[in-house]
Amino acid sequence: MDTRHATNAAPAPAPGLADPVFDAQRLFRAALEALSRPGTIQALPVDLTPPAPLTPWAAALALTLLDLETPVWLDPALEAQAVRDWLRFHAGCPLVATPDEAAFALVGDASALDDLSAFPIGAAEYPDQGATLIVQVAGLRADAGWTLSGPGIKGRTRLAVAGLPAAFPAIWAENAALHPQGVDIFLCAPHALAALPRSVTVRED
Amino acid sequence: MSQPDAGVTFGYLDEQTKRMIRRALLKAVAIPGYQVPFAGREMPLPYGWGTGGIQVTASIIGPEDVLKVIDQGADDTTNAVSIRRFFRRVAGVRTTERTREATLIQTRHRIPETPLGPGQILVYQVPIPEPLRFMEPRETETRRMHALADYGVMHVKLYEDIAHYGRVATSYDYPVMVNGRHVMAPSPIPKFDNPKMHDAPFLQLFGAGREKRIYAVPPHTSVVSLDFEDHPFEVQGWDRVCDLCGADDSYLDEVVTDDIGGRLFVCSDSDYCAGRRADGHQGPAAASAAGEALADTMEQVAREHASEDPA
Repeated sequence: MDTRHATNAAPAPAPGLADPVFDAQRLFRAALEALSRPGTIQALPVDLTPPAPLTPWAAALALTLLDLETPVWLDPALEAQAVRDWLRFHAGCPLVATPDEAAFALVGDASALDDLSAFPIGAAEYPDQGATLIVQVAGLRADAGWTLSGPGIKGRTRLAVAGLPAAFPAIWAENAALHPQGVDIFLCAPHALAALPRSVTVRED
Repeated sequence: MSQPDAGVTFGYLDEQTKRMIRRALLKAVAIPGYQVPFAGREMPLPYGWGTGGIQVTASIIGPEDVLKVIDQGADDTTNAVSIRRFFRRVAGVRTTERTREATLIQTRHRIPETPLGPGQILVYQVPIPEPLRFMEPRETETRRMHALADYGVMHVKLYEDIAHYGRVATSYDYPVMVNGRHVMAPSPIPKFDNPKMHDAPFLQLFGAGREKRIYAVPPHTSVVSLDFEDHPFEVQGWDRVCDLCGADDSYLDEVVTDDIGGRLFVCSDSDYCAGRRADGHQGPAAASAAGEALADTMEQVAREHASEDPA
């Protein structure tokens, strides 16, 4: 058997986190802050150039949270061989074919996110098994757009998300009505992160 | 920042374990008051010594953090000292006794008297995370009760207190309703501290190592102590002030000072008490022999700690 490397081998995956330990810690603290204070926007604390069409914050969050224990579903927009290779190489996560098998979903096309019921919402006794969605969006702006209220927010706050469907508040209301079951969403602009835990209410006005 | 032990992963836990705990923490924050199961690891100290809190702290701590550890309010008791030393060794982080300086506070059974701010995270060590456990020993049943928000047994328990003693006799680990949905054990803090959890500006994380549960209260979340219209929730009060610093707003510990009945009542929060005394406040027994001896001991222990921590 020829043990030499084939000359037509796939190119090596793009680099992951420069410092897996300390970068992941900083990224997690930013994600924790985003989720515990919905509507706040967190800057990306590391440099990362993931394979297209993955964007930096979504990719950084994936490397922070995913590993062999987390089945991951990629939406059609992210179904690229370079993305699959990169995630498998750096996170070692299993990639599943349908959203209902996923613990995490990576969504590249936010405008197609019109039905959250495709994702696991967790059992009544174990609502923590609801999926986490990492959704790539075009942009985030605080103090504009939808009105958010709920745990983590003093009174109410505002968040504008570029890229989600216009009907998203109604779609989200169906998810919030399942509380404590439901899914949680990280909204990832290329260099900004916000989060919507299932406990938060989103209203248009 | 001092140099951490060579050959030890930053924060002691391996990266795979940290990711597992971090995922559990995110779900805990998303479902306030709900207990998330996690694959708790063996830690180099026994269950009951804060293994849950330590795993939470180890999974979130970073090199820029300043850590404070308290045990029943005090920074210089065995549990607090050994956990602080542990994190200095495995993470090389700066530690402090001053509540205001800390970004991360791990606590056993108290919330500091000095109000915490939005830049701080409070990590509780929890022995028994299930508030319904003494009424219902089966985990399958308590899970279902939480799923259905069926909390009748808890009200019956509190009512039985009133029938027996004329008041709710529970004085610590007093059950709370979080975000109007989940009844939660606040860990064995005195009920004196319960009101500090409500609408707090800081994030609260809870780790139970033996029971392998993590739960959380995000900032600005409703935390209501259970009660009855005709028996509203009340906190402990004292008809005296701290004997050393004169504080009338802090939780007091009784300290026996001799074998002929001498005793002092002093702040359980040692940093709060020392800070007030440094500001010139004096309690009624501050100048007595017993008061001076106690204050001297506390200062001596604090100095020993300070010398260990080359800031």
